[in-house]
Amino acid sequence: MTYHPEQLVKELDETAQSLRIDVLEMIHRRKAGHPGGSLSAAEIITALIFHHLKIDPNRPDWEERDRFILSKGHACSFLYAALARRGFFPREELQTWGHIGSRLQGHPDRLKTPGVDMTTGMEGHGVAVGAGLCLAARIKNLSYDVYVLVGDGECQCGVLWEGAMIASKYRLSELTVIVDHNHVQLDGPVHEILPLDSLADKWRAFNFATFEIDGNNMREVLDALDMAKEIRNNPTAIIAHTTKGRGVSLMENKSAWHGRPPNDEEFARAVSELKRRLSKQ
Amino acid sequence: MKKMSIRKAYGEALADYGAENPDVVVVVADVSSSVQTGFFAERFPERFFNVGITEQAMVDFAVGLALGGMIPFANTFAVLFLRAAEQIRTCVAYAETNVKLVGSYSGLSNFKDGPTHHAECDVAVMRAMPNMTVVEAADAVEARKMVPAVAEHEGPVYLRISRSDVPVLFEESYEVKIGRGVILRDGGDVALIASGVMVSRCLEAAEKLTNEGIDAYVVDMSTIKPLDVDLVWKLAEETGALVTAEDHSIIGGLGSAVAEALGEKKPANLERIGVRDTFTETSLNYEELLDHYGMSVEDIVKAARRAVERKRK
Repeated sequence: MTYHPEQLVKELDETAQSLRIDVLEMIHRRKAGHPGGSLSAAEIITALIFHHLKIDPNRPDWEERDRFILSKGHACSFLYAALARRGFFPREELQTWGHIGSRLQGHPDRLKTPGVDMTTGMEGHGVAVGAGLCLAARIKNLSYDVYVLVGDGECQCGVLWEGAMIASKYRLSELTVIVDHNHVQLDGPVHEILPLDSLADKWRAFNFATFEIDGNNMREVLDALDMAKEIRNNPTAIIAHTTKGRGVSLMENKSAWHGRPPNDEEFARAVSELKRRLSKQ
Repeated sequence: MKKMSIRKAYGEALADYGAENPDVVVVVADVSSSVQTGFFAERFPERFFNVGITEQAMVDFAVGLALGGMIPFANTFAVLFLRAAEQIRTCVAYAETNVKLVGSYSGLSNFKDGPTHHAECDVAVMRAMPNMTVVEAADAVEARKMVPAVAEHEGPVYLRISRSDVPVLFEESYEVKIGRGVILRDGGDVALIASGVMVSRCLEAAEKLTNEGIDAYVVDMSTIKPLDVDLVWKLAEETGALVTAEDHSIIGGLGSAVAEALGEKKPANLERIGVRDTFTETSLNYEELLDHYGMSVEDIVKAARRAVERKRK
C-alpha cells in the first residue's frame, strides 16, 4: 500500500467539497435529483475518478481502462460533476442535465455520457455486471479492474447477492464493491425499512474480503482502495460508513433528502455552509 | 417427414460456432443439460459459465461480458426469462448491450412439466422492448443457422427454441436472414403465417386446404420483430385472407404483430391460431397439448376457411 501524502489528501478533499457545491447547484437548477446519496458518496467517487482509477478523459473507450459502475445510479449528479471536472466533457454541459436532448440523463446512460461505463439507476445490477466485465478481461487478457459502488438500500436486492455468489465462484479479485453505507433509504432509515445487519458479515459470508472504513474520510477511502488491489483470490467489499447528505447540516441523515431538491433558501444555506467548510480546509 | 430436435441442433451449432468465433461465451442458469449447452461446455470450458439458479444475475452477468467485448449467449427456459424482465429491459435493451438471450422450452413444448413451465407470453414481453430483436426457429436446420445469424446481428436478440422434435423443413443450403419471412409454399387464396413449430403444422394444413380448392401460402416468419411488414402487406393485398399460427398467446406475439401491421395499412381478414388468453395444462404428449388448446392442423384449416369465406362475402 502506498502512503498518500498530506497534500494529495488535502487536494482531493477540496475537490470533493467543491463538487458537492456543483451537485447542489445542478439539483437546485434542475429542481430534481438526489442530494442525500450524492453527498454521502462524495469522497468515494472523488477518490476513484481523480486518483485511483486508470482512466483517460481523452480516451473514454480505452480498452484497458478500469471500469467504474455507479450501481447506485441516483448519485449520478456527483458522477457527472466529477467526470466534467476531470475533463470527460465540458463543465457547462452540466447545466443541460435532465433536459430533452442532453447527454446527461436522469440516471447514467453508457451510450450518451463519456466516462459512464454502464447504464444504471435500477438498483442491484452492478455487482453481476461487474463480474461479467472481470471475466471478459480474463478471456481477452486485459488487465483492468472493476469498481462497483452500491447503496446500502440496494443491498436489499436479491440480484445483488446473486451477483456476489457469481463473483465469489470465479474468485474475481479484480472486482471491488464499495457499499455507500449511509443508513438511510428513500422511505426512511434502512434498519426500519428492512434491516441489513450485519452487512459486513453478509459480504464475508459471500467470500468477499471485507473491511469497514469511514467513507467520508478521504485518507481511509484511498487506503481501502489500495488494499483492495492487493487482495488475491477473492473479490473485495469495502463497507464505507457515510452520512447521507454529508456536509449540509439541514440534509444530513434525513430520508426526506433522498430525492428532493432544495428550495432557494435551503440552497443558499447549504452552499454557504459548504463554502465555509471549503475555505477552512 | 424426418423429425429432428430443435434444441439439440441449437446446442451443436453453438459449439461449432464457438470454434469459429472466439468471442462467443455461453452462460446458463442450471439447465445446461436441458437446453443443450453441454456441447459448448465440453469444447470450451473457459468460455462456459453455469451460474446456478440466478436468472436475474445471469442476464446482468452476460451484460458485463458483452461490455467487455464478448458475445454472450445466455440460456434458460423461456418462461424463466420473465423473472429477469427488468434486467433485460434496462441492462440489455435500453443499454443496448450485445447480449443474446436464448429462451428454450418455448411455448407448451415442456408439456410434461405443466403450466408453471410453459411459456405463453415471453414473446409479448420481449417484443414490447425497444431495441429487442425477436426470432424463433422452425426446425433443426433453422435453429442451427440461427446461431451465427444471431451472433453476428449487432445488439440484443431474443431467440426462441422449442424443446420438441419437429419435421425438417429446410435444406442445408438455407440461410437465415433476420428481418425476412420465408415463403415455403406458394398460394393465392389465403396466407398462413407461422413461427416455430407451427410452421410445419401450417404446411400440413395447406395440403388439406388444397383438397377444398383453397390455395394457401405458407410463410415461416422466423423474425417476429422487426416484422417483415412488406411481406405481410404483399400477402394481404394478394390474398385478403391471413392466418397466423404460433405456440404462444394470441396476445402480444406473432398474431398481434401481424394484426398491427395490417390494421395500420392494409386491413384484411385475419384469424389467429395460438393459446387463447388462458393458462394451459400438463400433458403426456406435446402434439396432443397443442391440439387441445386450439392449435391443431384442423384448427388451422378451419381458420383458413373462415378467413376465405369472410373475404368472399
